[in-house]
Amino acid sequence: MTGPLRRGEASITVCPDGPLLVRGAVRLEDAEGTEVDHDRNVIALCRCGRSARKPLCDGSHRGSRFRDPADADGIAAALAQPGGPADDPH
Amino acid sequence: MSSELVVLPGRTERRRNRRPGAPGTARSGRTSHTSPDQGPPGRPPADLEQTPLDRTGLDRARLRHDRPVRLPASRGPVSEALLELLDTDPDHETPGRAGAHPAGPDQDRLQWSGPAVAAPTDDDLQLALWLSYELGYRGLAGVDEGWEHHPVLLAARRGWERVLLDGLELLTVDRLGPADPEPTAEQVVAALETLAGTERGPSLSGHLMRQATVRQFSEFLVHRSLYHLKEADPHTWGIPRLSGAVKAAMITIQLDEYGLGEVRAMHAQLFRDLMRDWQLDDRYGGYVDEVPAVTLLASNVISLFGLHRRWRGALTGHLALFEMTSSTPNARYARGHRRLGGGPRAAAFFDEHVVADAVHEQIAAHRLAGGLARTEPELGAQIVFGARTVALVDDLFAEHVLGAWGTGRSSLRRRLVEGRS
Repeated sequence: MTGPLRRGEASITVCPDGPLLVRGAVRLEDAEGTEVDHDRNVIALCRCGRSARKPLCDGSHRGSRFRDPADADGIAAALAQPGGPADDPH
Repeated sequence: MSSELVVLPGRTERRRNRRPGAPGTARSGRTSHTSPDQGPPGRPPADLEQTPLDRTGLDRARLRHDRPVRLPASRGPVSEALLELLDTDPDHETPGRAGAHPAGPDQDRLQWSGPAVAAPTDDDLQLALWLSYELGYRGLAGVDEGWEHHPVLLAARRGWERVLLDGLELLTVDRLGPADPEPTAEQVVAALETLAGTERGPSLSGHLMRQATVRQFSEFLVHRSLYHLKEADPHTWGIPRLSGAVKAAMITIQLDEYGLGEVRAMHAQLFRDLMRDWQLDDRYGGYVDEVPAVTLLASNVISLFGLHRRWRGALTGHLALFEMTSSTPNARYARGHRRLGGGPRAAAFFDEHVVADAVHEQIAAHRLAGGLARTEPELGAQIVFGARTVALVDDLFAEHVLGAWGTGRSSLRRRLVEGRS
C-alpha cells in the first residue's frame, strides 16, 4: 500500500489470480461512452473471464486456471516491457 | 424433538405476479401456515408484530428496531441454571462474597462438564453461550441488562468458552489436519486460499440450487436467520481492536454490510425482506427454539472471537474465510430461490452478496488477514485458526442439514408443518 489517497482520487488494485478492484470516484461507462450509474464503494472487475456477472467479478476465478501473481514488480515490468503496449508504435 | 408445529406467522402484505407454489403465494400441499393462535407457546399472535404499509408507502416495519429476544426453552442443566440466574436481580449481591449471588442457582450448576470434542455441537452449552452473548446484542426480553458484564455470568462463560475453544481445536485438527504453528504472512494468505478452494463433502449450496424443496429452503433461511438478522455485528466488535490499514480494510467491508448507512440496504434488512418473501417470522432471534446447536455455534464462534481482544487474529481470519466462501454459494442460493419462485426483490440479498463479497474477499484476504499477519506476525497461526473454524462450522452445518434431509427429516428441532392447504 502506498501513500494516503486524496479524497476523490481513484485507485485500481490488481488482485493476484483475481479481479481488479476499482475504488474512488471513477466514471463507469460502456465503449460508446454511455455512463452507468452505480452506488458501490468499491467494484471488482473480472479478469479471468469466468464470471457469470461480467464485467463484475463473482468469485469464479477460484475454479479457473487464471493465474497472475500481480505483484508490483510484475505490473511495473509489464508496463516497461520492450515490445509491450508502451513501446508499440501502432 | 418430535412435535409438529408451525413457526411461520402469516403476513399481511399483498403479493403480486407470483407463480403458483412460489414462496409467499397461497400455496397448497407444501409448507404452510396455521392461524397465529396456533403458534408455539410464548409467541404473540402475528398481527401484533405486523405493521401495515402506511399512507406514504413507507414500510415502517422494515425500519423498526429489533426488540430483545424472547427467552427460549432450556436444553439441559446448564442452560436451565442460566435461565434461572437471568431471572434474578444482578445487583442483589452479598457483601464480601465477590461474584456470589445468593438469589441465583448454585454456581456449580453453571459449569458444563462434557468432553471438549462434544462442545461445538452440544445443545445445552451452545444455548447457554448464545444467551450470554445476546445480552450484548439486542438483549433478552425480561432480563436485567446488568447481567451482561456480571462476574457470575462472565465466570461461567469463561469456562464455556475454554471448552469450546478446546473442542474447535480438536475438531479442526481432526478434520482439516494439523496447522502450521508459525506461518508467515504469505503462508497465512495461502492457507486461506487453500481452505476456500477445497471442496469437502457434499455441497449444501448445490443442493439448494438444484433440488431443495420449498420447505427445505425455508428451513435453510430459518437457520441462517440467527446470524443474518444481526449480520456483520459480531465482526464489528473487532474494529476498535485494529488500527491503521488493517482497520481501514475492515471498515471497507463493514461499510457494505451496513449498506453505507442506508437502512434498507443493510444486509440484515435485506435478509429480513427475504424472510418475509418466504413468509417466515423475521423477528430478531425469533427462531432460536427451532435451530440446533450447530446453528447457534456459527453465531457463537464469531461472538467469542469478537468480544475478546486476544482473539482479534481469529476474528479477522474468520471474516476473511467467510467472505472468501460467500460469492459462489450465494449465486447458487439465488438460483435456488428463483427456481422455487422466490420474489425478485427478495433475491437482492443473495445478489448483493455475490457482488459485494467478490470485493470483500480480496480485501479480507490480502489487507485484513494478510495485513494483520504482516503487522502482528505472532498472530499468524491464530488468523488461520479463525479461518479453519469457518470451514469446520460450514462442514458440520452442511452434514447436519443434508443428513436430516437425506433421510426425510427436518433439519430443525421442530418441524415446519406441511400438507395444509
